[in-house]
Amino acid sequence: MIDKRVYDFDAALEGMKDGATIMSAGFGAAGAPQELLEAVLDRGYRDLVIISNNAGEGERGLIKLLKERRIAKVICSFPTSSNSEITKELYSAGLLELEIVPQGTMSERMRAGGAGIGGFYTRTSVNTPLAEGKEVRNIDGDDYVLEYPLKAEFAFIKAREADRWGNLTYNLSARGFGPTMAMAAETTIVQVDRFVELGEIDPEQVITPGIYVDRVMEVEAS
Amino acid sequence: MAKLNRKQIAWRVAQDIPEGAYVNLGIGAPEMVANYLPDDREVIIHSENGLLGMGPTPTPGEEDPDLINAGKKPVTLLDGGSISHHTDSFAMIRGGHIDICVLGAFQVAQNGDLANWATLDNSRPPGVGGAMDLAVGAKDVFVITDHCTRDGQPKLLNQCSYPLTGTAVVTRVYSDHALIDVRDNSFIVREIADGISSDQLSDMTGTALTFADDCTVLKTPEL
Repeated sequence: MIDKRVYDFDAALEGMKDGATIMSAGFGAAGAPQELLEAVLDRGYRDLVIISNNAGEGERGLIKLLKERRIAKVICSFPTSSNSEITKELYSAGLLELEIVPQGTMSERMRAGGAGIGGFYTRTSVNTPLAEGKEVRNIDGDDYVLEYPLKAEFAFIKAREADRWGNLTYNLSARGFGPTMAMAAETTIVQVDRFVELGEIDPEQVITPGIYVDRVMEVEAS
Repeated sequence: MAKLNRKQIAWRVAQDIPEGAYVNLGIGAPEMVANYLPDDREVIIHSENGLLGMGPTPTPGEEDPDLINAGKKPVTLLDGGSISHHTDSFAMIRGGHIDICVLGAFQVAQNGDLANWATLDNSRPPGVGGAMDLAVGAKDVFVITDHCTRDGQPKLLNQCSYPLTGTAVVTRVYSDHALIDVRDNSFIVREIADGISSDQLSDMTGTALTFADDCTVLKTPEL
């Protein structure tokens, strides 16, 4: 019987290690897997490479990892938030590496990573500093920049419901990067509000099919 | 001189959003455009984090932390609204499905180059968000900006000195002093704020302006 459900963070984080690359879903705090991130913090892992739209927001999750200096590098589109100074402080002090990627390019690179696409050309960032050193090709009269896929060892996702096959539903704008990151990581770990029985989710309502999901854990919001 | 305040600039932009348009509003002043859309027009607002058919700010107590806009502020969804994941949301942007996006700017050049994501100060982390995707993806890019910086430097220039967001992308600029089209490598002034002369406007601009033959006074209500 397939059963992707796990019941504690040790099982959820099996295989985690120092230096791991982790995709962390969420746009600001919406959809951010704060409890999974904080379980990584509690277990002492360090030198992490984080792929996430923002380098944290408020006081939770990534911000806690940043404050404890567990993160070596963040690949993101928009690192700072209006309610935290830690990213600015670490960056200014040379203690944090940032790789800035346009939001749509970041998202599409992860999709390419999850879909077996070796790269793609986009008009986004043409003639800007973010295209420096990248191949540019003229297609039908417009310049496009070559972008490569983005993959990770782990994806951390927050969803609303999961069944034992790992089928997922989300809640409103907390869907965000979840479905894309689930495809792009070797091991996709999902914290959900609640487990449901197989068959309870209408097939038309499954947003992330379980094939992309490795572990699901019911986590009460803390 | 009667320069426009932010609300008046947002009002003026809103008058130019046509019925049925799919519109993305950037963070900050562009968000205010939604407050001034004429009641008789149906406009669908897109937010990069996956909202289509975004509605107004919820009444206090009705906020949902899982329903936010690009600026991470609580919003609502209209009847008919939908949710997409991020990659699909950006396919709407990058695939040319958004009719108009409204963005802020540090600088705009007369060929439509836009600089709005990074300054020359390397001590602070830059952040681009969805700006580069919107700049190339939207059919029309409207910019809301003060005509000059706080210390009086022009923001409309022959060439941007800040790192670019996109090249030849801006189609119209709504400043606190004028409404200016960007066409054929020039700034064409269509409307100018009451009490401001063309010479005064030229003095505030870092490159030559062309004044349209039918250039009129930029009229807005008191807001």
